[in-house]
Amino acid sequence: MYDGSKIIVGLLVFVGMMTFPFWNNIGKAAYKTPELKLPPKSVATECVEGKEFMREKHMQLLNDWRDEAVRNGERLYVSQANHKQYQISLQNSCMKCHDNKEEFCDKCHNSASVSPYCWDCHIAPPKKGN
Amino acid sequence: MALKPEELIDSIDYHHPPKTDWMDTPNDFKPGRWAYPGKIDVIKRIHFPNPREWSPGDADWKLPENWKEIIYNGMRERLDKYRSFKVFMDICVRCGACADKCHFYIGGGDPKNMPVLRAELLRSVYRNDFTAAGKILGRLAGARPLTLDVIKEWFLYFYQCTECRRCSLFCPYGIDTAEVTMMARELLHLLGININWIMEPVANCNRMGNHLGIQPHAFKDIVDFMVDDIENYTGVRVKAPLNEKGHEILFITPSGDVFADPGIYTFMGYLMLFHEIGLDYTLSTYASEGGNFGLFTSADMMQKLNGKMYHEAKRLGAKWILGGECGHMWRVINQYMDTMNGYMQEGTNLSVPRSPITGTVFKNAAATKMVHIAEFTADLIRHNKLKLNPARNDHLKVTFHDSCNPARGMGLLDEPRAVIKAVCNDFHEMPIETIREQTFCCGGGSGLNTDEIMDIRMRGGLPRGNALKYVRDKHGVNTMACVCAIDRATLIPLANYWAPGVNICGVHELVGNALEMKGQKERELNLRGESLAELAEEA
Amino acid sequence: MKALYSLFFVFALLLVVLFGVGAAHLNMLFGVWIPYVAMAVFLLGFIYRVYDWAKSPVPFRIPTTGGQQWSVLPEVKQNRWDNPTTVRDTVIRMAFEVLLFRSLFRNTKSEVYKNENGGPVVAYASAKWLWLFGILFHYSFLTIVIRHMRLFTEPVPGFITLIDSLDSLLQIAAPTLYLTDVALVAAATFLLMRRILAPQIRYLSLAADYFPLFLILAIAISGIYMRYIAKVDVIAIKELTMGLVTFHPHIPANVGISFYIHLFLVSILLLYFPFSKLMHLGGVFLSPTRNLPNDSRVRHHENPWNPKIKCHSYADYEDDFREPMIEAGLPVDKAE
Repeated sequence: MYDGSKIIVGLLVFVGMMTFPFWNNIGKAAYKTPELKLPPKSVATECVEGKEFMREKHMQLLNDWRDEAVRNGERLYVSQANHKQYQISLQNSCMKCHDNKEEFCDKCHNSASVSPYCWDCHIAPPKKGN
Repeated sequence: MALKPEELIDSIDYHHPPKTDWMDTPNDFKPGRWAYPGKIDVIKRIHFPNPREWSPGDADWKLPENWKEIIYNGMRERLDKYRSFKVFMDICVRCGACADKCHFYIGGGDPKNMPVLRAELLRSVYRNDFTAAGKILGRLAGARPLTLDVIKEWFLYFYQCTECRRCSLFCPYGIDTAEVTMMARELLHLLGININWIMEPVANCNRMGNHLGIQPHAFKDIVDFMVDDIENYTGVRVKAPLNEKGHEILFITPSGDVFADPGIYTFMGYLMLFHEIGLDYTLSTYASEGGNFGLFTSADMMQKLNGKMYHEAKRLGAKWILGGECGHMWRVINQYMDTMNGYMQEGTNLSVPRSPITGTVFKNAAATKMVHIAEFTADLIRHNKLKLNPARNDHLKVTFHDSCNPARGMGLLDEPRAVIKAVCNDFHEMPIETIREQTFCCGGGSGLNTDEIMDIRMRGGLPRGNALKYVRDKHGVNTMACVCAIDRATLIPLANYWAPGVNICGVHELVGNALEMKGQKERELNLRGESLAELAEEA
Repeated sequence: MKALYSLFFVFALLLVVLFGVGAAHLNMLFGVWIPYVAMAVFLLGFIYRVYDWAKSPVPFRIPTTGGQQWSVLPEVKQNRWDNPTTVRDTVIRMAFEVLLFRSLFRNTKSEVYKNENGGPVVAYASAKWLWLFGILFHYSFLTIVIRHMRLFTEPVPGFITLIDSLDSLLQIAAPTLYLTDVALVAAATFLLMRRILAPQIRYLSLAADYFPLFLILAIAISGIYMRYIAKVDVIAIKELTMGLVTFHPHIPANVGISFYIHLFLVSILLLYFPFSKLMHLGGVFLSPTRNLPNDSRVRHHENPWNPKIKCHSYADYEDDFREPMIEAGLPVDKAE
């Protein structure tokens, strides 16, 4: 015959799944770009590359650094932004200033559901007591 | 047949389809490519539209002036009546999995015989007139306008489909070309386009009770003749009640079984079996057709012809109906009968079938009250109710051809095998890709078992014929059993062409030959009147 | 030729974005309004198509039986999942069909040739490639859609994160390579090449068969380009996508053109979906040869439009043949 009720249930399930992102967000606060806690100006005034570069390509830079340091033994990096030389080192270069993983790295990574494997080898900095 | 098997094989080329797109490839209407159209008086007898003298080979098919409108309205009506039609028109992705599953494509290589393209012949028109994409994008979306050439093409290719459903088994969405073919044939009927090989049996069955037009007195003569033959061979005079009221069971088998060999031997097998177990049954000359060419015509005609079974069961007071060996008959009974004519059971004595011999209740036939003879006999054998001497079939090396409809429209696979294995000692299966649910058509199903399209039939018969040849060469198989009256007619030329030396028989012919009867004389002849001693010697 | 038309059309779509966003700066149109319209058309169109199918009844139960029927003989074993009689077994059959492509798994390939004696041979071989790449394609697509939910949820639910990390299990490169990206492109390429190279499949293909494949490939490649080559600012994109699903549309400043290309192609896919063969997503559930039990001989099924056509009655039959019947000694109802 028609099996109308089964079809309606099927359609409801379908629409429910397809509209998941819409209803899932009802009642939640509007999404805002995570606010990062940058190191105070007293600690650092510049990064190895510019802000836009780091936003879009930091993962590639870190990946390259890993390869250079670990596989090629190369420890010097010349910035494209200011042509200065930096030591290739997560602990000694990056984390010297960005010493708060929760307030810096994790903010965006959690929001974008990214789990970088940096900390598979590196020791994560101890949590800062808030 | 003009072509020898080797030449026919050479003419098959899957890898070089025509240079032109299928929509632009003209069709060949040479004689031999189509079956003869319905005769005027036949069409008039069943009140079908547009009876006239015409030939598919002519340029003018003498269609009604508003033929286009008739087709549109006919399509609209059927789209509204059948979800299957609508869904199958819409969801094909043309993955091509069905292509080399069709026996006509395997044996011919004509791309329009790929099930997907066969359906596209109709889909293209559907898209053009019933879908948004087709209306806007036209040919890019696979749409084409309805023209007279399209109608002619439908006739050519929807009468090269035997509604065997093998493609449907392999389709990821279950798209069933049989369903599409039925719709296309119904549409063609609206314009008076049909073939005589279907229409004449339909007209006969309607008025005379069976496809072959055997009238009641002639029917009785034939049955009496077979009763005499049985007495000659066994010394036992069996009863064959006709049109008698008050019996428990009404037995209905395809009329092919009373008309010509080897069907008649199967029929003799039934009569012997019923006699031996003392079955309380009757035959009917009015409902003397198990088959239903209405299935190949239209849903309405199928219902009309099928209705006789319940009508006669009511008149005769039968408690249930036993059905003989037939293919498409069982598609009708299993998937249509109770749905369309179940209401006719009101006021009858019909009840859930119970074997009077074994006490088995056929719960799987609770709605239709119809049991397949293979189920019935297998049940008798299981309960040791038959005394069998399979040695009388020892000169036979037997294989079994699953008929399309009992296989893919019912699932009757192991019951006939159980019977065969009980009555024959030497049984061999054909390759697995060609039996059971994957079985191949005899090439003549759905009313295409006519001789004027022998080339098409032999091409369609290639996969079956080749599988048969394989077991003939490998195991020395010399007999192919089947449970279908059309098979018993069509497989003979098929075997002669593709696997010479193999005989065709019904399952109950084998049963009849193996059956030990009370009071029988020394059995020197089989049901074909051949000397068993000589046959044993030859083997 | 049909393939080229489809390919050109996809290129034309790319040009539309390059012009629309790159030159004319219609960011709101391409980033907000077209996606909204596409989603609405997809949902409403899909529902309408299914409703349209559902309007037509299923007059007969016509399952294609793929195995032994239910028998009262104890030694005859029913193939319950290929020839079901109960609702439960029918659901299982459908689950196999929808989740595992059971029918396609049956696929064989047949060839005709002559043996050394010149005799004809028809041979069948198992052919699982279509099934393999088909299922790879569909599951990759599904995983990718689920993965993308990280851009539409905040906080991102655990199962999405889990799928994401499973998909990037091999930790190749940064950002990590998704296995489904590779699988989707490989499978779509296989399906496309099969259509272009196999003469039979090419012959039966329509332009409408190539277009979705090119479109999906273009979507996949634009996504891959964004992630691995152009390196877009994901957080900016998430701002846009979250704006869409919370109905606070907003175009952040640093979203590159590659994102607009990706989004526009997805929108086209959504728009095209309800009008095309892609509706097999819904249709597979409604196929009467699969979703019904083989039980019309067991229990009554109602055809809502049953015409109840009367058969030629026995009385009329006897009227036609009474005399010869009496002569032949057949019983009659009305002796004259």
